[in-house]
Amino acid sequence: MELFVFVCAAAMCLVGAVGVIVRRNPVHAALSLVLTLFGVAVLFVAQEAHFLAAVQVIVYAGAIVVLFLFVIMLLGVDRAEDLRTEPLVAQRSLAALVGVGLLALLLTAVIRGSDVLTVRGRGLATQLEAENGDANIAQLARSVFGDYVVAFELTSVLLVVAVVGTVLLARRRRAGTGEPS
Amino acid sequence: MTPTTTWYLVLSALLFTIGTVGVLVRRNPLVMFMCIELMLNAVNLSFVALSKRLLDIDGQSIVLFVLVVAAAEVVVGLGIVVAIMRNRTTFTADDLAELKG
Repeated sequence: MELFVFVCAAAMCLVGAVGVIVRRNPVHAALSLVLTLFGVAVLFVAQEAHFLAAVQVIVYAGAIVVLFLFVIMLLGVDRAEDLRTEPLVAQRSLAALVGVGLLALLLTAVIRGSDVLTVRGRGLATQLEAENGDANIAQLARSVFGDYVVAFELTSVLLVVAVVGTVLLARRRRAGTGEPS
Repeated sequence: MTPTTTWYLVLSALLFTIGTVGVLVRRNPLVMFMCIELMLNAVNLSFVALSKRLLDIDGQSIVLFVLVVAAAEVVVGLGIVVAIMRNRTTFTADDLAELKG
């Protein structure tokens, strides 16, 4: 059963990821990205990260991809891009070379490093052990609001700064005066 | 036969590589942003897998922060794209060469 879930979710992720980079239409690429994000959310559930799976669906699929689609529609760039012409000489072959090299590097690190992983935490509450069945959400809350509370507050500052900056950036300026209209 | 942590890490490596190749190959800035999201998701996946493997909740906490920072990054990036593209008709990253001497 676990194997079946992993294979299905991994296939979703890979098909979506390849779709993002080979689809000519940006809208199709965004929809392929949704497929990948859902696959990753399924894998989060399989790895006992239920809260993160919910956040993944809400934040990524619900907010970020909608923002992408909104900007695509707003700018009217939802026409297909011609992917046959290569913009720079040998760009694609060099990119493929970089990709193969990076993959070889990462796989080497994963395979060679897999036997040096040692348990360092205080244990992870799993769905089976928890009496009320909500896995490690309470544990995650204790970590975020306890150990990392300063970082958590800083992320709220970051979000406010990002929103204010984007509003200022995207405002239309009146010609000549430089004053925001 | 159950999937081990190594399987998740290999899948994460594959996703990260696809994202990198996408950033290198595509010319549409929006699609390049999507590829960056792919790379962030690959890293999140490896964080969660290692959190389970090392029995440490810190991996999941970090994924939460990565999600927040990714949201902020997309908001600012798309704001820049909208601001730049307002007076343009073409839409590729190669056209943004105004600062070139």
